[in-house]
Amino acid sequence: MSPSRPPRSFTAQRTEIAASGAAAATAATLEQRPGADVLKGRAFKAALLLGLALALGGLVWLIVDALIEGGGRLSLGLIFDEGSANPEKAGLWSALLGSIYLIVGVIALVVPLGVGAAIYLEEYANKERWWNRLIELNIQNLAGVPSIVYGILGLAFIVRGPLDLGFILFAGSMTLALLVLPTVIIAAREAIRAVPSSIREGSLALGATRWQTVRRQILPASIPGIVTGVILAVSRAIGETAPLLLVGATVFVTFEPSFFDDKGYTALPVQIFQWVQRPQDEFRVLAAAGIIVLLGLLLAMNSFAIWLRNRYEQRW
Amino acid sequence: MPSRLEAPSARYGEKAISGLLALCAILSVAITTAIVISLLSPTIDFFQDVSITDFLFGTDFTPLFNPPSFGVVPIVVGTLSVTFWGLLTAIPIGLGAAIYLSEYASRRVRRIVKPTLEVLAGVPTVAFGFFALATITPVLQDIWPGFLGDGPRIFNVLAAGLAMGIMIVPIIASISEDAMSAVPHGLREGAYALGATKMRVALRVVVPAALSGIVASFVLAASRAIGETMIVLIAAGNTPNLTLNPTESIQAMTAFIGTTATGDVATGTVEYNTIFAVGSLLFVMTLVMNMISIRLVRKYREVYE
Repeated sequence: MSPSRPPRSFTAQRTEIAASGAAAATAATLEQRPGADVLKGRAFKAALLLGLALALGGLVWLIVDALIEGGGRLSLGLIFDEGSANPEKAGLWSALLGSIYLIVGVIALVVPLGVGAAIYLEEYANKERWWNRLIELNIQNLAGVPSIVYGILGLAFIVRGPLDLGFILFAGSMTLALLVLPTVIIAAREAIRAVPSSIREGSLALGATRWQTVRRQILPASIPGIVTGVILAVSRAIGETAPLLLVGATVFVTFEPSFFDDKGYTALPVQIFQWVQRPQDEFRVLAAAGIIVLLGLLLAMNSFAIWLRNRYEQRW
Repeated sequence: MPSRLEAPSARYGEKAISGLLALCAILSVAITTAIVISLLSPTIDFFQDVSITDFLFGTDFTPLFNPPSFGVVPIVVGTLSVTFWGLLTAIPIGLGAAIYLSEYASRRVRRIVKPTLEVLAGVPTVAFGFFALATITPVLQDIWPGFLGDGPRIFNVLAAGLAMGIMIVPIIASISEDAMSAVPHGLREGAYALGATKMRVALRVVVPAALSGIVASFVLAASRAIGETMIVLIAAGNTPNLTLNPTESIQAMTAFIGTTATGDVATGTVEYNTIFAVGSLLFVMTLVMNMISIRLVRKYREVYE
C-alpha cells in the first residue's frame, strides 16, 4: 500500500458520508415536492380504488340482491320438486336434471375433441405451415363468436339441416360442446405447454415414440391443468341460456329428461329465464331463488377447479 | 448396416394417432365453415326477397307484421346504444381497477382480487338480466331526477347497459392488467429516476406503453356486449324503436334472434330467413372486432416478450 493513498477504512468512511449526504439531499428534494402533486397523487389513488371497489361491488351487489330476494324461497322442495305453473309448488328438479344431462353430453363430446386438438397443436403441428396457423387463428376467433350464433348453428345444422336430429337434449349438448370447445382447447394447450421440453426430449432420447411420449409423460403431467380448464369451460356451459333457447330447451317440462327422445327438455338457466319473464312477484322470487341455486352450483364447481389446480399443480 | 437410423417397423399406429389428432384440430375449421354456411345460405335466400339496401338502411323493423318491413337500423342502433352505456360504465371502472392492481396493489391483494374478479366474471348472464330488470330499473326509476324528462320504462336501454357494464368490467380489468404487467420494469424505474410521481408513471409511462393491450380489452368487451343476448332480452324490451333515448325500450339484434327463433316461425319463410340475415350481420360485426383485438394483443406481446 503506497503512503499517498489514504487507508481503506478512510475510503469507506468517505463513501458512507457521501452516500448519506446524497440520500439527505434526495429526501430534501422529495420533501419539497409541491403539495398539489401529493394531493393529486392521493386523489388519483382514491379514484383507482373506487374503480376496483365498483368492479367488485357491482358483482357482489348482484349476488347479495339475489340472496335477499330469493333466500326465503330456498328449500329442499325448490330443488326436488318438478316444474309447475303454480309458483308455490314449482321446483327445479326437471331443470336441474336437464342441465346435468346436457353437461354429461358436453363433457363426453368436448374432452376427447378438445384435448386431441390441443395435443395436435402443441406436440405435432409444425407452426410454420399455413394450415396450422389457420387452425390457430380459427380457434381464437371461435372463442369470440357470440353464443347465440352457436344457437343458430345448432338450429340450422344439428336440429334441422344436415344432421336433422330434431329438438332433442343431445342436440343441446352438441351445441354447447361446440360453444365451449375453443375454451377447452386453449386451456388444454396452456396445460400442455407448461410441461418443460426437457421431459419431452428426455423421453424421445430414450427411444420412445411421439405418442408414447405424449401418453406416458406429457398427458399425466398436464392432466391437472386440463381438468381445471374443462371444469371452468363446463361451468360456462351450465350458465348459457341463449343457444339453448334456439335448439329447443323451451318446453314446459314436468318430467325427467332423456338424451334422445323429443318430448322436450329444459335447463336451469332456461327455467330461470322463463320465471323472470312472468310478471307476478311470486315468480320473481322464484327466479331469484333459482339464480341462487345456479350460482351455488357454479361456485362449487369453480372452487373445486381451483382446489384441484392448487393441489396437483406441478412446479418444474 | 443401414445408411441412416430407421424405426424397426412402419409405425402405422403412430401415424393413425397423429392423423386422428389432426382431425380434432381440423374440426375447429369445420365449425367455422359450418357457421358460415348455416348463416349464409338462408341469408342469400333472404336477399332474394329483400334488397340489401332496404335491409341495411331501412328504419322500420317489423318482419312479423303484414306487410313486413325489414330495415335493420332500429335493432342495430338498439344493440349499439346498450353497448355504449355498457362501455361508458365499464371502461373507467375496469381501467381504474386494472391500474390499481398493476401499479399500486401489493402482491397479496392482486393474488386474491384477480382470481375473484375472474370467478365473478363467470356469473351467468341470465342473472345479470334479472338484476337489470328487478333491481337496476326500479332504483333508476326511484332516483330519476325530474329535469331529465320521463323516467325509465320497465324495459329500458339504461338498465340493460349498466348491467352489461358490470358484466364486462372483469374482461377490461383482467386483459388491461395483463398488458400493464407486461410493461418492463426498466421503463418505470427510468421514469422514477427522473423524479416522476407514481401517478405520472402510471398515466404517462405504463398506460401508453400498454395501450394496444388496453384498447384490445375495450374492443373485446364491446364485441362481448354486442353478442350478449340474455341481458337485452330480459331488460331492454322487445320493441324495435329507433331511438337514442336510454329510458326507452328497444330491441337488440340478439334479442330479436332469441325471441323469433323460439317462436313458431316456419322454416324457409322470409321471417325465418330474417333470423339468419340478422345473425350474419352480428357474426360479421363481432368477427371484425375480435380480429382487431387479436391483432392488438399480438402487437404488445411482440414488443415486450
